[in-house]
Amino acid sequence: MAPKNPIDPRRVVGIEAERVAHVSSTDFPGHYPDEDHSWDLKKFKKNLKVKVQRLSNRSIDFDLVGVDASIANAFRRIMIAEVPTVAIEHVYVWNNTSVIVDEVMAQRLGLVPLNVDPALVSMKESPADTATDRNTIVFDLKLTCERNPSAPKGSTKPEELYINHELLSKHLTWRPAGEQEEVFADNPPAPTNPDIVLGKLRPGQEIEMELHAVKGVGKDHAKFSPVATASYRLLPLITITSPIPPQHAEQFQKCFSPGVIRIDQRTQEVSVDPVGVRNDTVSREVLRHPEFADKVKLGRVRDWFLFNVESEGPYAPERLLTESVKVMREKIAVMRRAAEALQEQFGGAGAADGDVEMADV
Amino acid sequence: MTVFNEEESEWDQINRTQWKGLGLTDPIKSVEDKWLLLPAFLKVKGLVKQHIDSFNYFVDVDIKNIVKANNKVTSDVDPRFWLKYTDINVGFPDRNEMDAIDKRVTPHECRLRDITYSAPIIVTIQYTRGKNIVQRNVNVGRLPIMLRSSKCVLTGKNEAQLARMTECPLDPGGYFVVKGTEKVILVQEQLSKNRIIVETDTVKGIVQASCTSSTHGGLKSKTYVATKKAKIYLRHNSIHEDVPIVIALKALGIQSDKEILLLTAGTTEAYKNAFATNLEEAAKLGVFTRQQALEYIGSRVKVNRRVMGPRRPAWEEALEALATIVLAHVPVNGLDFRSKAIFVATMTRRVLMAMDDENMVDDRDYVGNKRLELAGQLLALLFEDLFKTYNSNLKTAIDKVLKKPSRTSEFDAYNTMQFQGDHLTSGFVRAISTGNWSLKRFKMERAGVTHVLSRLSFISALGMMTRISSQFEKTRKVSGPRALQPSQWGVLCPSDTPEGEACGLVKNLALMTHITTDVEEEPIIRLAFMLGVEDISLATGTEIYGPHTFVVNVNGTIIGLTRYPTRFVAQFRKLRRARRFSEFVSVYINHHHRAVHIASDGGRICRPMIIVGNGGPKVTTEHILQLKKGNVTFDDFLRKGLVEYLDVNEENDTYIALYESDIVPTTTHLEIEPFTLLGAVAGLIPYPHHNQSPRNTYQCAMGKQAIGAIGYNQFNRIDTLLYLSVYPQQPMVKTKTIELIGYDRLPAGQNATVAVMSYSGYDIEDALILNKASLDRGYGRCQVLRKNATLIRKYPNGTFDRLADAPLDENGLVAKKYDIIQMDGLAGVGERVDPGDVYVNKQSPTNATDNTFTGQAASVPYKNSPLSYKSPVAGNIDKVMISDTENDQTLIKVLIRQTRRPELGDKFSSRHGQKGVCGLIVNQEDMPFNDQGINPDTIMNPHGFPSRMTVGKMIELLAGKAGVLTGKLQYGTAFGGSKVEDMSRILIENGFSYAGKDMLTSGITGEPLEAYVYFGPIYYQKLKHMVMDKMHARARGPRATLTRQPTEGRSREGGLRLGEMERDCLIGYGATQLLLERLMISSDKFEVNACQECGLMGYNGWCTYCKSSKKMAQLTIPYAAKLLFQELMAMNVVPRLVLDDA
Repeated sequence: MAPKNPIDPRRVVGIEAERVAHVSSTDFPGHYPDEDHSWDLKKFKKNLKVKVQRLSNRSIDFDLVGVDASIANAFRRIMIAEVPTVAIEHVYVWNNTSVIVDEVMAQRLGLVPLNVDPALVSMKESPADTATDRNTIVFDLKLTCERNPSAPKGSTKPEELYINHELLSKHLTWRPAGEQEEVFADNPPAPTNPDIVLGKLRPGQEIEMELHAVKGVGKDHAKFSPVATASYRLLPLITITSPIPPQHAEQFQKCFSPGVIRIDQRTQEVSVDPVGVRNDTVSREVLRHPEFADKVKLGRVRDWFLFNVESEGPYAPERLLTESVKVMREKIAVMRRAAEALQEQFGGAGAADGDVEMADV
Repeated sequence: MTVFNEEESEWDQINRTQWKGLGLTDPIKSVEDKWLLLPAFLKVKGLVKQHIDSFNYFVDVDIKNIVKANNKVTSDVDPRFWLKYTDINVGFPDRNEMDAIDKRVTPHECRLRDITYSAPIIVTIQYTRGKNIVQRNVNVGRLPIMLRSSKCVLTGKNEAQLARMTECPLDPGGYFVVKGTEKVILVQEQLSKNRIIVETDTVKGIVQASCTSSTHGGLKSKTYVATKKAKIYLRHNSIHEDVPIVIALKALGIQSDKEILLLTAGTTEAYKNAFATNLEEAAKLGVFTRQQALEYIGSRVKVNRRVMGPRRPAWEEALEALATIVLAHVPVNGLDFRSKAIFVATMTRRVLMAMDDENMVDDRDYVGNKRLELAGQLLALLFEDLFKTYNSNLKTAIDKVLKKPSRTSEFDAYNTMQFQGDHLTSGFVRAISTGNWSLKRFKMERAGVTHVLSRLSFISALGMMTRISSQFEKTRKVSGPRALQPSQWGVLCPSDTPEGEACGLVKNLALMTHITTDVEEEPIIRLAFMLGVEDISLATGTEIYGPHTFVVNVNGTIIGLTRYPTRFVAQFRKLRRARRFSEFVSVYINHHHRAVHIASDGGRICRPMIIVGNGGPKVTTEHILQLKKGNVTFDDFLRKGLVEYLDVNEENDTYIALYESDIVPTTTHLEIEPFTLLGAVAGLIPYPHHNQSPRNTYQCAMGKQAIGAIGYNQFNRIDTLLYLSVYPQQPMVKTKTIELIGYDRLPAGQNATVAVMSYSGYDIEDALILNKASLDRGYGRCQVLRKNATLIRKYPNGTFDRLADAPLDENGLVAKKYDIIQMDGLAGVGERVDPGDVYVNKQSPTNATDNTFTGQAASVPYKNSPLSYKSPVAGNIDKVMISDTENDQTLIKVLIRQTRRPELGDKFSSRHGQKGVCGLIVNQEDMPFNDQGINPDTIMNPHGFPSRMTVGKMIELLAGKAGVLTGKLQYGTAFGGSKVEDMSRILIENGFSYAGKDMLTSGITGEPLEAYVYFGPIYYQKLKHMVMDKMHARARGPRATLTRQPTEGRSREGGLRLGEMERDCLIGYGATQLLLERLMISSDKFEVNACQECGLMGYNGWCTYCKSSKKMAQLTIPYAAKLLFQELMAMNVVPRLVLDDA
């Protein structure tokens, strides 16, 4: 009766009224007797799918299918915390008579996303390192608010009364140093969004600062995170186990997000839209109605990750996954070198109890 | 289900047809938005109306009465001389400096310059100068002015004008600025004056009626009518012995026993029997006539008059005492004691009633029996005392001049007045700034009347203005005064009271409470007579206690009788509603005492209520519409008789409907809004009616500690300590009260996305988990600004302090600790101050106290007396102010700011009394996230819910989440607010679970969490308790000079005490070496030489007592022990050490 479900029930996370069931994957050796689940590259390759669903200037939706949650999560974590970007780190205040005090202004400036390609900047080894044209990008911020002599009479709007009444991110001006002029020739450093309000000024107030941007990672401070959010959710799965009576069809449809449930105009037959189902928010509303009890089963596919990544820095959204893969590979390379060093040191055999000590890499 | 509904509605409809001529299907129209009366009320009255009204009454009315009562100064020397005060006026605050060109002054300038915001008191005097009578105006002193009172420059100013005066429009006013500090005179709660209170002591078997008399300018005294061995006596402080009541009544002019019996016991047989013994007692004592009674009392009166004059006969003394001291508030005209006799008789009758029926006693905790004393009354007392002293000083000064036999010029009292000094000014300033109201004249000795206005947060300042402190001792173990009284409903906040020793004694006013000021009673009495009240002096006991008569009292004094109390009261109210007299005069019938009480005295607590007539509220939708348009104000509602004030006593005479649907034919009034029963501070709590009540009380205490915005002028203020939030937000779930008091414009907290789940184990015991990325982005960031002030003094010997620029060392360089000092000797604004840095490089002359010094001021040697930065964490110079004080000393204030981001151990709280410290700060990627990719800012452990039962917090989350999804703010107003059902519907419409629980994914494993998590925004407050200000540890450090033990307390870098209980543990365990180490070696060990011969201490191996070094031994003892021995020796006690080898 129910449509044939192509999803293996073992891949499904059960969505019940008050709990989530089967959250962990079971496809590892030894879980099911007499089944071989050892990792197989060929099988992995066959199952692995990455498909971009939607791409815009600032965000991307893509599906990552066929990997364990730990892998998908690793990419998510790396995108948030370990893909490097350039952000303002040091603020030298020459003058600031605005109402926003120096420390707060510095914090606000730090959070301004810059369009500097991190590949062109090297990371400072330690905070004590001297600033060079390789590791630091300098901006100047200088703004004075004045009364607008040609303001219309009786106006109360600050934008008419004053000149420079708002300190915006576009007021950051890049000051090239050394080789920077050539390096950044085709994309001069600037905030990605020119209209971020950093503060408001009134006549007589002025700001003069020198800003040093450095490369860093999100682990260190949220300002270095290249994403506004990077997250995933699992593909929803709705299984209608017994037909829905026509008089309840509409009510049933309303229990899900728009476009998830189709009602046949003629027969009032209810079915799940195979494409629209991915947009369901899994509100579990249907489980609340006694008339649908035992007629529908909710689930989510455990290894089908619907990623949503919003880029807020220099990276185009589609680049973020590849950047995170790059970071991941570096991490693996480090691990690998460490493991190899171990092996060399102990000649493949560890101490008497089989433990080995990690070597410094 | 449906059938039942129909039945119900049918029943409803049948019910409705009974009145107002409505058809079966007509819906009852209800007055929409009647709560709008509340903002209208607050607009007229403001949030601290009670203080301001009281102060206005003082400066406009009371001060004139006081002067009128003390208006003449005469001379003992020259009988022709007199001086009369004809008028007194308080001006507007001005600058006190003589040479000031602009005399205007703003309160903020006073705060900054440490001066007093005060206005001159100008009296008009008439006096004799030679043979002429002269009239002049004299300034006799200055009165501190209450902010926003009728004399304040801020009154009636709009927001722009206030901004120009650097004043916050949301600041409630109602406090004083004295020597730069903001001082509040707290509302004092007292038992009402001039009323009879009957009490019993069941243990001693005593019934007593007492009355505290208080008249204007008169003495306060308490009179008792009490039982002693089943007989009734009159007791008063000025009479040595208890006077049998019959004798007292005879002395008051009621000679006949029959009349006495009628006036006290009436015709009631039980009372008669109980009273009979008293008549016998008088007869036994041989007192039959008035003269005998007066002689009896006169021989027992305490005579405390001056020795002058001849001794008067005893009966005269008695007459005087009875007329002026006993029950002083009851008027005695000439020798007409009738009304006083009736008063005493009434007290006696009340005692008889209580003897007969235990339930006839009064409840002294009943709010109707209380009066609140406000700033105006206290200042009036103070002024009267100061003014009397001023006048007697003036008199002595005048006498002194007049005594001189020959004067060169004609005596002018005006000149004497000019040289009277600032007795009034300094008296006011001293009383307000110390809070000591010690008025010998009125037997008043009160400390702690004023408090410094707490500016921790806007709410703490506001909360302070509505606070009421009780006169009860905190140590007494009676629960009555602390308990919540049913009569507090609507006038005192049931939630807002501190925990601990002051619990229940310190209360707060509810939102709509008004406190009355005195209203003249003569017109009221005249009016009562016009409404048919029969004069009491024409009545005998038969009439007074007749079956149909009700006694009419005005302010506790019996004035007459009425036989139609209901009609009288109805007519009286009608006249009040027609505004024929003050709306604050209350009238009610006490059926137990068969009395009508009219009250016009000050200090009664009352609140407005909508009048119900003809089965519906008089306020209609049309009225509210007019109000919305701004065509009418709250006063118009009063004037039209739609709304009236009811005090607590009159409330008992009414039938008040809570909601319009509750109105029945007998209803007399309708509540304006139920949520007004809470105060301003409890009004911040969303859905308080869903919380366990102590949680609301906890929040009331914590809301005052929340860091937020404190005023629009916060950046212009220089307070000793100021906590400010960097990014305050208005709450997602607000209440009507929040809008009314302006908390949405001066908030103290942020809307944190909260996940109610367990995480990591660092969240036990209410600890919170914070998201590091949220902190990076500014969540919970706050600023701490601290004032450092110094005076650049001029000394009496001509020398003065000076500011110096940074000194150079031998290399010509500026030392690190001086590097922020600029040319003027002050640190530059914006500079970072590191620990130890000097920010005011002040130098003082070495001989400042040397008054013999006569040389050139410039030639004196100077020593450094700089201000240096003490905190362990660097700060920035926020502001530097240079000004001068009233006595021309240069004042320098430096404001140093620290910006702090939350760290482990900082304290946070939601608005439901759920506080917790930060237990762990987690990276964003480790935080759980929902399908939208939202991480929580805070994770709260769900164990906080079951035992606390703060359901309001859950609903706040739900409403907040719905608000976020629709882009609207939701309401959590008490007894109303957004409904859970509506909130759930919004959640469902937006694709969320109706319950507010989301499916989260672990940020660590990447797998979904097995449970759904309650997830949404909750308003969180950061509290002022921060680890940085508290953490303290010490290995070694300073020691006290006297005992050589480590110092105490964090501020002195003190040691951590191993106290008695810890010591007991170690003793019990037997850890002797550890004990020795903790208590001596690491503390104050000291090597002494002791002589085994004499047992005294010596030094360097020499015993000065034995003059020998033979038997000297060295031992280690605590220095404190050595000190003790020496101190004992100084007291002639010889402690001898007996040494033995262990």
